[in-house]
Amino acid sequence: MDHGPNITTGKDYAPEYKSRLGLRLFLVYSILYAGFIIINAFIPRLMAFILFAGLNLAVVYGFGLIITAIVLGLIYNHLCTKKEQQMQAAESAGGQKP
Amino acid sequence: MIYSISPLAIGLFMAIVVAVLAISVYFARKSSSSTNYFAAGGTIPWQVNGIAFAGDYLSAASFLGICGMIAFSGYDGFLYSIGYLAGWIVALFVIAEPIKRLGKYTFADALDAIFKFPGIRLMAGISTLVVSIFYLIPQMVGAGSLVVPLLGLPHWIGVIGVGSIVIFIVATAGMKSTTYVQFIKGSLLIVFSLILTFAILNKGLSTKPSAEYHQFESLEATISGDLISGLPAGYSATDTHATATGLFVRTEKAGTIRWWKASSDNGPVTLAETLTITTSADGSILYNGAPREEQAFYQVGHLDRIVVDGQDVDSTGRLNPISYLSILNQSRVMLFSEVKFSAGGEQVRLWYQNPVEGSRILRPGMKFKVDEGSSLVSKLNFVSLMLALFLGTAALPHVLIRYYTVPSAKDARKSTILAIIAIGFFYILTLFIGLGAMTSGVIDLTDSNMAAPLLARNFGILLFAIISAIAFATVLGTVSGLIMASAGAVAHDLVDGIFKKHKLTDRQRVIIAKVAAIATGIVAILLGIIFKGVNVSFLVGLAFAIAASANFPAIVMILFWKKTTAHGVVASILVGMLLSVGIIMLSPTMAPYFGVAAGDALIPLDNPGIVSIPVSFLTLIIVSLLTKKKVVANT
Repeated sequence: MDHGPNITTGKDYAPEYKSRLGLRLFLVYSILYAGFIIINAFIPRLMAFILFAGLNLAVVYGFGLIITAIVLGLIYNHLCTKKEQQMQAAESAGGQKP
Repeated sequence: MIYSISPLAIGLFMAIVVAVLAISVYFARKSSSSTNYFAAGGTIPWQVNGIAFAGDYLSAASFLGICGMIAFSGYDGFLYSIGYLAGWIVALFVIAEPIKRLGKYTFADALDAIFKFPGIRLMAGISTLVVSIFYLIPQMVGAGSLVVPLLGLPHWIGVIGVGSIVIFIVATAGMKSTTYVQFIKGSLLIVFSLILTFAILNKGLSTKPSAEYHQFESLEATISGDLISGLPAGYSATDTHATATGLFVRTEKAGTIRWWKASSDNGPVTLAETLTITTSADGSILYNGAPREEQAFYQVGHLDRIVVDGQDVDSTGRLNPISYLSILNQSRVMLFSEVKFSAGGEQVRLWYQNPVEGSRILRPGMKFKVDEGSSLVSKLNFVSLMLALFLGTAALPHVLIRYYTVPSAKDARKSTILAIIAIGFFYILTLFIGLGAMTSGVIDLTDSNMAAPLLARNFGILLFAIISAIAFATVLGTVSGLIMASAGAVAHDLVDGIFKKHKLTDRQRVIIAKVAAIATGIVAILLGIIFKGVNVSFLVGLAFAIAASANFPAIVMILFWKKTTAHGVVASILVGMLLSVGIIMLSPTMAPYFGVAAGDALIPLDNPGIVSIPVSFLTLIIVSLLTKKKVVANT
């Protein structure tokens, strides 16, 4: 049984653009994450290597993954919002939907 | 129990429970329709939803489990933090907006709307229930462990207490109240974890964490074969026991039995103090040779040696986050390693002092077998866990359901990003809280889950009371979210899947959901009591593995592969669920529960993801290709 939409949603602009962008950023993060897992699993002693300020690769890469997730999220939101606003502006300037 | 009960902690704890119930009753008056009950009417602001996401997600496993695991095993515990956060990337970039666009209540609703295929909703409902229950068990077990020291009550009372409060919340108010409970709890958790981290850095590192910290004794003696001589006056050696980790010596002094670790098994030796829990043949249990009430089993954890710029020091004073980690990396920490054996009719559980270099603690391999003593299977086991954490998050029912509470796809995205910021920030703090607990003389060796609250107690009873109350609220909030998801699954998916011809009214549906919530709550209570003592983080990892195997392939493929068919989805959910649960049941960790030695388990993997996730994807693809002409997606 279909319960219908759970709410009335606002118009969703540029779904294809957002979905493509999302998949690209997902790929970037997946490569970083996979690299991290591979080093941890197969060359764990490399993680003891001191990079800077007395911090080793394990700590820098680990914090790096957390911070990268936040930064990629903010970039994604910025680009999506920009595109949504552009399309919205173009639509109101055009007066009607294509 | 080695810590006393605090009236302030109990008072604050009660205040938080009452506040949670008050919020619940307040929103109960506002949510009568089923949309309100299941999805909070889609009216939650994204900011609130984002923090509520964090509140949902930072469950007992994160706060109690990860901090405890770092305190016991160093960096390996932090790997859980990284995996748990990485999962949100999948949720944000792949799932959040497309699934919100489908505009349904649940994962099963979305599948059903696309395929109109009998059985699909039933299957999705069952997998939602299975994942929720696997996730509920560790929360209930965690609740039980928490009330033991906090309120001085037995474990089972804690489990029943949590279960009853949550049943009340869910049965009265639904999604809106659980959202606000999570929002408040999530905010408090992050703020107070930050305060705790400041306190840790402000105190710095020290070889003697506090004035009351235990002074470890050592004895000089001579071992020659089975003969031990030269012990200080008053001591007599009554037994020895050799293990792979060394020789242990049992002494008696004025009627008190203690065990010591010998520095070697022959010649002049030093005997180092250990901590023990011994169970004698008549069932009586002694803690360090004394009955429980004498509280002789002390808290431990200190630095054996601190090196700052090449110089040995006793304490560092205030540190910044970077210098804290870099000094720890050059120093040496006293860890306590456990061995179990039986000697002279006694079951001995013993922890001996084990100095470990900081550089060893801050790299992988203390818990996960990826370094010394590792094999390909043990390495794959680790990879499998990390894969399940990465792909499981986005498929967890209580995460998915939260996408339906915001008004639009844009709000879904924004609340996910806010969740990532809040959760990521918290997970960075877990490393400092865990290492702080490891080195502050607060560890209760019998319960790793209590490391973070006990660390807080080190900084004052008020902080302990607040942190304990928040930890308890954490359990309450997560359990409510999970029970809501289960109730939704039953009311929408199972009931509709079975009685397809009878259209239920809104009111009937809410009543069924409430009954389902109560039933799930009772099941969770029973399982929480049965699984007492099972590793909480391990159980959470399993819930992720099942979600990643059963739900994730179906969600991703319906969103991104046009050839997906209903048969493919049903087969993939079924295969993913059965295979992941099956591997878990036959794994080394579960083997002892069936009376089989861990080494004799039928499957050497503990974490099923690396097998079950690809197989589930393959099943979906193959079955979809084979059935593409029979049922076509109507999107």
